[in-house]
Amino acid sequence: MDFLMGNIWLWGPITAVVIAAVITVNALVSVYLERKVSAWMQNRLGPMENGPQGIFQTLIDAVKLILKEDIIARGIDRPLFKMAPYIVFGASFAVFAVTPLAEGVSPADLDVGVFYVLAISSFVAVGIMMAGWSSNNKWSLYGALRGVAQAVSYEVPLSLAVLTVVMAAGSMSLQTVCVEQGGGFWNWNGLALHKNPFLVGSFLIYFIASLAEVNRTPFDLPEAESELVGGYHTEYSGMRFALFFLAEYANMLAAGILASVLFLGGWQPLLPALDFVPGPLWLFGKAYFFVVLQIWIRMTLPRLRVDQLMYVCWKVLVPGALAMLVLGGLWQLMIKG
Amino acid sequence: MHMESRELFLHGSRVPDTGPDGELMTLNMGPQHPSTHGVLRLELKTDGEEVAHIRPHIGYLHRCFEKYCEKLTPPQIVPYTDRMDYLGSMNNNLGWAVACERMMGLEVPEKVEYMRVIVAELNRIASHLVAIGTFGLDMGALTPYFYCFRDREMILDIFEEICGARLLYNYIWVGGLSHDFLEDTDDKILRFCDHFEKRIDNELNPLLTFNKIFVNRSANVGVMTPEQAWSWGVSGPSLRGSGVDFDLRRDDPYSIYDRFQWKVCVGEGLMGAVGDCWDRHWVKVLEMKESVKIIRQAVASRPKEGDVKEKVPARVKLPAGEIYCRTETPRGELGYYIVSNGGNQPERVKVRPPAFCNLSVIDEISRGALIGDVVAILGSLDIVLGEIDR
Repeated sequence: MDFLMGNIWLWGPITAVVIAAVITVNALVSVYLERKVSAWMQNRLGPMENGPQGIFQTLIDAVKLILKEDIIARGIDRPLFKMAPYIVFGASFAVFAVTPLAEGVSPADLDVGVFYVLAISSFVAVGIMMAGWSSNNKWSLYGALRGVAQAVSYEVPLSLAVLTVVMAAGSMSLQTVCVEQGGGFWNWNGLALHKNPFLVGSFLIYFIASLAEVNRTPFDLPEAESELVGGYHTEYSGMRFALFFLAEYANMLAAGILASVLFLGGWQPLLPALDFVPGPLWLFGKAYFFVVLQIWIRMTLPRLRVDQLMYVCWKVLVPGALAMLVLGGLWQLMIKG
Repeated sequence: MHMESRELFLHGSRVPDTGPDGELMTLNMGPQHPSTHGVLRLELKTDGEEVAHIRPHIGYLHRCFEKYCEKLTPPQIVPYTDRMDYLGSMNNNLGWAVACERMMGLEVPEKVEYMRVIVAELNRIASHLVAIGTFGLDMGALTPYFYCFRDREMILDIFEEICGARLLYNYIWVGGLSHDFLEDTDDKILRFCDHFEKRIDNELNPLLTFNKIFVNRSANVGVMTPEQAWSWGVSGPSLRGSGVDFDLRRDDPYSIYDRFQWKVCVGEGLMGAVGDCWDRHWVKVLEMKESVKIIRQAVASRPKEGDVKEKVPARVKLPAGEIYCRTETPRGELGYYIVSNGGNQPERVKVRPPAFCNLSVIDEISRGALIGDVVAILGSLDIVLGEIDR
């Protein structure tokens, strides 16, 4: 085991394959979940034909996407166009590398884990811009411009909210952040009013900003179907489109994982007595809670307009996150000493 | 010079290619676009997200309705009217029947008049439900759409029972109706009314109408002043949304609308300026409630005895002359202008479709709006391309 863990050339590829499998399975599960949950909310049945309760529907859809013709229209900037989905997918893929699964177990426990996640997820914006620009389609361009403006703007409140947690935990390592929240749900950052009440505000701001980061309603402007047809992936088909799709659902899960690690204790059990349930189950349970929450919000709210989107970011979330950071810091300094 | 006149012929007046900040980008919205409500093409001149000019291009659904009318007898034309505004087919039928009956001086039985009002108002509710649902969908609200369609389904089930069709009814004939109601149809209609009034207050309004994001998206967007509305010939809920108290059912009564207690709803600018998208939406919501009122009264007081085909003429022959007859469809003033020389077929039929005039105002009310607003404005105007192109 030590030999395995110590050898990055062996350990690295194995982790990568496992993460890729997790992302793929996650997409299948999340798409099915989204269809079913939305159907229940809307008086529909959702997929019912393939398998009991239609559980194989997303699998068959994936096969369809893989088998579809890969269309590259005339006038498209081919190298950029082909590369864009891989950059988007790669960025959302790499985020999972620092996921803390249980005490002392994570694919890579970086000391700058939080920083790494924020930095690597910014790459998605680059991929979106490449996709929109190379598509030679005005709708794609609009989608890309919106996507980049949104990603860059919402990273500010997101990072500030995360910074409050880092300050409270005194570490940027996601493992340490998790360990700090042990001992029952009243110690979780997002619920612990006695530890640092301003973390609760940060939790809210983080969740709203993360919705915008992963392009979910009410912030789904880059791919606003009723306005921009398909947004930045209008011109994509087949496997390349599937990669964008995979990345989107991987991002949803990543946002959920990060929210649960930073604010809901990550792999920590609800009560210390429930210790026997393995950490990864807790982590993914909490992460899927956020995924369902995202679906729920999507089915409830309409979409903001471009100017309102920027208003919410710069005039509501950024001042709010700054206030939480300063007040949380003061609390940390004065009360906790 | 030749090219220029050809250009003018094809596209009408020129739209400037430059704005205050330099060259404008042309963006083609449609005919394949999720929010153009059919096959409409909007040519947008944009400066970033801001729209400077819009020019609608229509005709993708042209089916020569008016030309066909010259070769058909009036009863044969009824199914063609279904296919104009396919969301409000009953109202199209009614307009045609009323026009022909006025021309012929034909009196229809009381029972038929009441039943016509009932189905026309039910159809108005069904049409408004589609309009409201798709308006929400244009702004990304997915769920209200399904709730609206669920309620519309109940109306379509009633229609299917009484005339066999769910969309294109051919129900209101010149001089009568194609079928009588079934024994339990009245009960079904009343049950729908009870169910529906609650749904508006408990589901539609909290989920969509008063949703903060929805209000932010639609209030103060696409403001149409009463003067603009009048001068562009806008009618129906879009006109009343601008605060103009005008409804043909009350102001130029046809059938037996003058016998019922109901009020004309107008936009009051509750959330922003009078005549914005939210007002046009709100008028539709209120109108559905008023329609329910009319239906309740009509069902309660309608005569049940008699044959609905009693007065249907064996051979409909329009006397020589001409008539312009207008009725209030869910979208506004639907006018039939019929010229007859006394033959079996009308010599000329011209339709004044409400959606055509309502669409024409879009350039004026959406200058300076964002792309997202244009989608909202188009949705709030509630157009049906089948009627615009005919």
